[in-house]
Amino acid sequence: MKQARPNPVSRPVSRLPASQLSVVQKAIEEHRSRLGPLLPILHAVQDALGYIPADAVPTIAYELNRTRAEVHGVISFYHDFRTAPAGQHIVRICRAEACQARGARELEAHAKQTLGVNFGETTADGTITLEAVYCLGNCGCGPSVLVDTDELHAKVTAERFDVLVNKVREITS
Amino acid sequence: MTDPLKIHISGDASACALGADATAHAVMVEAEQRGVEIEVVRSGSRGMFWLEPLLEVVTATGRVGYGPIGAADVAGLFDADFGNGGAHALRVGRVEEIPFFKNQDRLSFARVGITDPLSVADYLAHDGFRGLDRALSISPAAIVVAVTESGLRGRGGAAFPTGRKWKTVQDTVAEQKYIVCNADEGDSGTFSDRLLMEGDPLCLIEGITIAGIAVGATQGYIYLRSEYPHAQRALNAAIANAYAEGYLGADVCGSGQHFDLEVRLGAGAYICGEETSMLDSLEGKRGQVRAKPPLPAIRGLFGQPTVINNVISFASVPIIMAKGATFYHDYGVGRSRGTLPIQLAGNLQHTGLVEKSFGVTLRELLYDYGGGSLSGRPLRAVQVGGPLGAYLPEAQFDTPLDYEAFAAIGAMLGHGGIIAFDDTVDMLEQARYAMEFCAIESCGKCTPCRIGSVRGIEVIDRIHHGIESDKNFALLNDLCQTMRGGSLCALGGLTPDPVRSALQYFPEDFAMPTSPVTA
Ligand SMILES: Cc1cc2nc3c(=O)[nH]c(=O)nc-3n(C[C@H](O)[C@H](O)[C@H](O)COP(=O)(O)O)c2cc1C
Ligand code: SF4
Ligand code: FES
Repeated sequence: MKQARPNPVSRPVSRLPASQLSVVQKAIEEHRSRLGPLLPILHAVQDALGYIPADAVPTIAYELNRTRAEVHGVISFYHDFRTAPAGQHIVRICRAEACQARGARELEAHAKQTLGVNFGETTADGTITLEAVYCLGNCGCGPSVLVDTDELHAKVTAERFDVLVNKVREITS
Repeated sequence: MTDPLKIHISGDASACALGADATAHAVMVEAEQRGVEIEVVRSGSRGMFWLEPLLEVVTATGRVGYGPIGAADVAGLFDADFGNGGAHALRVGRVEEIPFFKNQDRLSFARVGITDPLSVADYLAHDGFRGLDRALSISPAAIVVAVTESGLRGRGGAAFPTGRKWKTVQDTVAEQKYIVCNADEGDSGTFSDRLLMEGDPLCLIEGITIAGIAVGATQGYIYLRSEYPHAQRALNAAIANAYAEGYLGADVCGSGQHFDLEVRLGAGAYICGEETSMLDSLEGKRGQVRAKPPLPAIRGLFGQPTVINNVISFASVPIIMAKGATFYHDYGVGRSRGTLPIQLAGNLQHTGLVEKSFGVTLRELLYDYGGGSLSGRPLRAVQVGGPLGAYLPEAQFDTPLDYEAFAAIGAMLGHGGIIAFDDTVDMLEQARYAMEFCAIESCGKCTPCRIGSVRGIEVIDRIHHGIESDKNFALLNDLCQTMRGGSLCALGGLTPDPVRSALQYFPEDFAMPTSPVTA
């Protein structure tokens, strides 16, 4: 498909702080030669910065020859991508059916109550963002909780949740 | 000098979530302190989660298991002379004799839990790459014939004949063709893709490579959900090893055939498991569903002919090629040939993976394999086939796992996940959740799916509060019909199934004397 170049011919002046801009540029350079580079770039930016700053969009759009609206549309479509920083740690509770069958509804209520937040919110001390997730592939051993990107917990009762949260806070403080 | 003690402890994500890393660490520390020479292999999981962390020790009479072994149990194991299979309260005997395991038909999962997942040498020692060898020795057309004759149908949910899909791609002339492996595994209650990718990634790589050679594709992508970082590491490491040993790259096994393979991460969207949405996502777009036709087999990734199959579909191919179509076809019933890796999830004592010929009944799976409910309360409902699957009551438990038998009762096997609920389940809540999930995950293209699901939540809430019940039941029925008829894909189209089955089989939870559902 031939398209008119949607972006200004000259490189936009980025409003990102220099440290963030270099992360964004590095992500673009690393992935631009791949087919369909946008998702790998967005993942790389979020992995490095914890979120995708709105001011990164013009640079990414320009370099990939896409419109800003398109890039923004992609970021907003996927649940993984966030446009603002989260708390120091993200605690995700699986809400899906297999975990429901093993007590996830009760765990969800307990977590919201003890942390004093709803899904998508960060605790007052800034340590924990609570999020919902829909299946972690741990459906035989639920309720399942994922801390940050890689720390999977099984059979999480209310008591175990409290222990886990305390540990997360200890690491932080 | 005696050989070191050889111990297997799973490195699978579920096993690790249950403490397998800590167990493995404790074993090393304890062995060091006692001056015992050991070798610890982090294999995949046998799929018996109630025994994880399962520690297996290689003895003269086979692999003897102890489980579940927490770090605190480790010193006691050494005291019990576990290296020689010594007696211990947590000793489960020869792992392969455990009925849950012994009674399975492990074809695709033959190596999972047994080998070192990343070792090409170990893979070869356990019949690995024989399918690829065979594929390279026959014509591409003959490969497709074998896959067709095996009767393999797609394990991702739609159960479309795999050979027929490959034939379409093979017959379509194009400069560039692609293979896409659907590793999005979004259905709740399913984890077989993950278990295989972590436990035997080389098997998946072999199956995908065979597909590439069969249809003339030189590039493959594994679209992996971002919730699976463990699997991502296993796949990337196994792919690197396969390249290093010449099983991928410019000259696959010296055949002159070129095939490259790469893992791409999703970004937390259930709908990207739908094949056309996955293609858009791979192209760097919003993952919205495309209208079909054109079929992806004709115009798929970047407009090129593309084979898209589920992980288990690809992982079934090596054994079909190695042992022949008839060998595979001899398993199963009716038009459901071969085996299905069934996932037992939810409220069961023995959750895990059961690879079994089609034809086994739900009841056998729930009670003989699953051991009944975890809570000790009666099982009341099961949901088969993920969030779009119907809820089934006890009266349906004798249904055999067979695509057609399930279709006949208005249900589907999907990706083979079975979620059991005990009698504390509130089916109105489950129906509400089905609508909620649809609203959260809708790609937004069709109004009945995007808006109808939100309306569905509201209507169910009103029923819950006893507000104008008759009117709202009628409304819910209408909504379900509109969603079913007016949706482009199965997310909007099948969300009515869990809702209506809940209403039909469990009317008491909606405070109704009898079922109001009209067929
Ligand atoms: C909403 C929706 C979600 C789906 N999710 C998955 C999935 O997670 N994994 C999968 O293999 N197939 C999934 N599918 C099915 C795919 O569209 C497609 O049929 C499949 O990848 C084809 O491979 P197979 O023939 O080997 O099953 C989904 C379909 C729909 C409508
Ligand atoms: S039914 Fe829903 S998910 Fe499927 S295409 Fe339509 S809006 Fe998208
Ligand atoms: S349903 Fe919670 S991990 Fe799968």
